[in-house]
Amino acid sequence: MREDVADFTIAHEKAQSFYASYERKGELQHQTHYCPGCGHGVIHKMLARAIDEMGIQDRTILISPVGCSVFAYYYFDVGNIQAAHGRAPAVATAAKRSRPHSVVISYQGDGDLSAIGSGEILHAANRGENITVIFVNNAIYSMTGGQAAPTTLIGQKSTTTPCGRSAANEGYPLRVSEMLATLEAPVYIERVGLGDNKQIAQAARAIKRGVENQVKGLGFSLIEVLSPCPTIWKMSAVDAQRWVRDVMEKTYPLGVLCDRTKEARVHAMPAAAPPLEELPRLLDIPEDDPAVDVPEGAAKAVDLQVRVAGFGGQGVLLLGEVLAEAGLDAGLEVSWLPSYGPEMRSGTSNCHVRISNETIDSPMVSSPNMLIAMNEPSLRKFVATVRPGGWILYNGDAIPADCVRSDVHELSIPFTHVADEIGDARITNMVMLGALLEITGALPQASVDSALKRLVKSARWYELDERALERGREIYCGSLAVI
Amino acid sequence: MNAQEKLDRGLLRVDEAECKGCGLCIEACPPKVIGLSEGLNHYGYRTAVYAGRGCTGCGICFLACPEPGALTVYRAVLKRPVAVDRTLGGQSAGGGMACASN
Repeated sequence: MREDVADFTIAHEKAQSFYASYERKGELQHQTHYCPGCGHGVIHKMLARAIDEMGIQDRTILISPVGCSVFAYYYFDVGNIQAAHGRAPAVATAAKRSRPHSVVISYQGDGDLSAIGSGEILHAANRGENITVIFVNNAIYSMTGGQAAPTTLIGQKSTTTPCGRSAANEGYPLRVSEMLATLEAPVYIERVGLGDNKQIAQAARAIKRGVENQVKGLGFSLIEVLSPCPTIWKMSAVDAQRWVRDVMEKTYPLGVLCDRTKEARVHAMPAAAPPLEELPRLLDIPEDDPAVDVPEGAAKAVDLQVRVAGFGGQGVLLLGEVLAEAGLDAGLEVSWLPSYGPEMRSGTSNCHVRISNETIDSPMVSSPNMLIAMNEPSLRKFVATVRPGGWILYNGDAIPADCVRSDVHELSIPFTHVADEIGDARITNMVMLGALLEITGALPQASVDSALKRLVKSARWYELDERALERGREIYCGSLAVI
Repeated sequence: MNAQEKLDRGLLRVDEAECKGCGLCIEACPPKVIGLSEGLNHYGYRTAVYAGRGCTGCGICFLACPEPGALTVYRAVLKRPVAVDRTLGGQSAGGGMACASN
């Protein structure tokens, strides 16, 4: 054979951007996993050739998707990130933003891109990310055996539309490229097909252009490729190719849907993220923040699991926040988890706070050792959850008879009256916090002060809160004296 | 292959182990010089075979083929005093060659 071709030179051969052999199953290292006649192989070849021709193999990052093309990383000898279902454009965004010099190509099928990933592609396009998206549309879910996709044609049979897709039942085929073309940001969107030689040649040109746009820094390009799926369509490879041309193309007309490459300016990369050292300043955290280290040995085991509950507006979340922030300041592990439920729109609201000198496994506090109940509904809701030996701080004269528990400590005071005496009912939360701090004795007052200073900007309120905290501490001590 | 076939403008080599016999190259080939083999390959596919006459080296079969390396297309080198890399297995020497398909 070699002698026969001695007067010939290679015109077309396997692209360099493919691995010489594919490190997949044993003896199948020289062929792809795609079915005979599958469009993915053809599209892979076009893409690899475009990468070769532009000499960008060393700086290309391919985002492999979920679906039939999930194994793209076995074939392309370029950088690779495997994205979760539908997230390829989001992963591509991150890759491109953190490595602006890389050429990032997001590759997805229609199940991936137009179903679960419809949000990701929409927003990546709308942001005009400087990435190239190859969208392989074969009108069906292929890898999982042929369920209907958003792109399935009207009348097309699938395992989930056995009588054929009907607009009334499954909606209309989603024309993703048309939709994205209505956005302002995308630079180039074209739909091509693999229906015949002419279409294939055009597809190769479009894919190359999509990659070129990114190399030039022009912005978001998407090439939708109508691609045959002979196996699931139950056709021969040649018939499937014909079906793309004769049937699919009627629903998905080929052509350029948006082309702003001429007027596009070189895509300005979003400003780089600030360095880590800048974050305290940006978040308004003082540089000389005195994080008090708990002295070795002297540290007593702290495991505060606090549930703060009350009506919205009673300062429930702020109470928890000051507590957590003070724990942070004291060098402890903390978590603060507000519970945003429908109750936040009037009714009870609550938050979970954990403070510990051990790593915190979960921010949830389902059985608190400290319950702050700012009103009766909150008490009733959580009283049963308090651990035996724990504490209940209740904003009221006495715990209702049917809520009394003999195995927990309780402190029932109309804290709101105390707050009123100090000057404002709105500092009830801080009076209760003062009592809690005195009970636990786990946090130094200096940490509480600095936490309060960070969270309460107004000098007047800071001063009121400080007095409230102090009063809370006194109330607890006084209650001991009474006993 | 005989001497006359060397006069073809192109030549096609099929990697039997890689070809899955889908037939897209046969459909795509303008001069219709590709067929299916009589026998089966290791994986049970009838593979593409070059009929051995009339290839123009256009490369359309190559683009239509879904396997990255199943087909290699060669093109006749014109007898000109130009240094051409004739190493077959090495880097593509296509730098100066026009490409009919794109």
